[in-house]
Amino acid sequence: MDISGLERLGEDAWRIPASGRMRVPAVIYADDVLVREMDEKVREQIVNVAGLPGIVEAAYAMPDAHWGYGFPIGGVAAFDPDEGVVSAGGVGFDISCGVRTLVTGLPRPAVEAVATELADALFDTIPAGMGATGGVSLDDDEMNAMLAGGAAWAVERGWGAAADLPRIEEGGRMADADPDAVSPLAKQRQRDEMGTLGSGNHYLEAQEVTAIDDAPLAAAFGLNTGDVVVSIHCGSRGLGHQIGSEFLREMAVAAPAAGIELPDLELACAPIRSELGRRYLRAMRAAINCALANRQILTHLTRGVFGRFFPDLPMPLLFDVSHNTCKEEWHTVAGRRRQLYVHRKGATRALPPDHPDLPNAFAATGQPVFVGGSMGTGSAILAGAPRAPTAFASACHGAGRRMSRHQALKLWRGREVVDALARRGVFVRSRSLRGVAEEAPDAYKPIDAVVDAAVAAGLARRVARLKPILCIKG
Amino acid sequence: MTATRFPHGADIGVRGEGPTLAAAFAEAAAALSASVCDLDAIRLETPVAIECAAPNDAVLLFDWLNRVIYEMAVRRMLFSRFETTIANHRLRAVAWGERVDPNRHQPAVEPKGATFTELRVERRPDGSWLAQCVVDV
Repeated sequence: MDISGLERLGEDAWRIPASGRMRVPAVIYADDVLVREMDEKVREQIVNVAGLPGIVEAAYAMPDAHWGYGFPIGGVAAFDPDEGVVSAGGVGFDISCGVRTLVTGLPRPAVEAVATELADALFDTIPAGMGATGGVSLDDDEMNAMLAGGAAWAVERGWGAAADLPRIEEGGRMADADPDAVSPLAKQRQRDEMGTLGSGNHYLEAQEVTAIDDAPLAAAFGLNTGDVVVSIHCGSRGLGHQIGSEFLREMAVAAPAAGIELPDLELACAPIRSELGRRYLRAMRAAINCALANRQILTHLTRGVFGRFFPDLPMPLLFDVSHNTCKEEWHTVAGRRRQLYVHRKGATRALPPDHPDLPNAFAATGQPVFVGGSMGTGSAILAGAPRAPTAFASACHGAGRRMSRHQALKLWRGREVVDALARRGVFVRSRSLRGVAEEAPDAYKPIDAVVDAAVAAGLARRVARLKPILCIKG
Repeated sequence: MTATRFPHGADIGVRGEGPTLAAAFAEAAAALSASVCDLDAIRLETPVAIECAAPNDAVLLFDWLNRVIYEMAVRRMLFSRFETTIANHRLRAVAWGERVDPNRHQPAVEPKGATFTELRVERRPDGSWLAQCVVDV
């Protein structure tokens, strides 16, 4: 990105002052290197977002921001309920794509001793990749119950435990979801996809806690150096994709009549108070419940596999966070408490300690934040920062790609990537070697630089660093 | 007639070129399939009829690719040949393919949806047609 015209707010924050169509400034959180490496499209897109009706305070880009759809991936924007808009592109196609992490309490050697067998068993049990179906097929009534009930629905059906629910955003069930706002096509697409991982950058990983950055926070999260955790990254599968596509089109066609000028069709949006805006929000919340239920089923399957190797292992859920959402939240803006609709596209909510929406378990610590890395470079666990929330209490969600899949395919062969990782003690299982090549570790930015920038900018605090041991890909 | 892919930050651009609008749409769908696996690996076993209509040709491409993605998802199929006709922003097509065989096809990605990003449908000065957009994967 050309940084001319950017005002430096500090070592890790930059501002693009409001001008032209912008109603508010844009703020980019990144160090000097990250901001220069960002695609020029990030600047163009965050400036466009800053011009949407009813936007409040600023349009924010996280340190992992990259070229997205209308919004940059890693974009955060909040809108006034009366004057503002809701954007299907601002939420994204994989609604409520997110990460949850389970604590095993197992030391790395215990997992390494059965690494190959465990990887094979997980790969055989977790449906992954295009064309995979789960062992669950939903009829119309069950589909609607799932869309209204989320992870709570899954627990009622025997997938996981009631103790999991407080460890999920919204207590595992997004309120005000409306199954009737979800199209028959979207429901049909999801009918046999519950409990599936998907493909692309989705994964299930067993990871070693290789370093603790904040001992009290790590202890509160149940994390110890050398122990193994399991992280699951996936979303609302076909249902969320179908809802995203349908509403993107409907909002784009309806925008002129609503008096909304779109500099980019991908920014398609509707007034929050309009019938279309309200219907999208109800459908999107149903998709959030789908994602939460999906990750809950995958959790149950994962526990079952680990239980074969380590009987009676409880594997409690640390937390479950979503990346692609629009949520109704209260924030203080210019000294005034306001209800806002906060879009996070490829960004994680990062609530500070004592926030009223936090589960009791995290009242003293702040919300756990999971930043997914690549297969080779590991991941990070953070916690919401204790001081006044920045960017509407948001943080980065991943390392972010530094090259396209196209470029990655030219540089790596899947078999070579799998073998090289195995020599480093990372066992990858995937049906697609081409998919592995496209997801090669070096196709992603270094996660430490992204996390360091987020921490330095006050978005979150470091808690622990993770390194993959087993990786199941679609 | 060509079906090609072009780079996008995190996802994949698909581009079809051909002597007619319908041919360019068919090639764009072939490029979509090629983002998943080699087209040569897909057997032409089963035809699936697809129809869609839109207010203009650009939105028609968006709808067409999303319908292909939908049929891929619900039928668990991959397609490699597309027979298309277009008149008055209405498309009729038959997509030929087979059920996904994960071991043989090794699908690299699962397309989520066509997008408006880099969406272009245009006739070139030489009379040929271009149809392209980015697909979220």
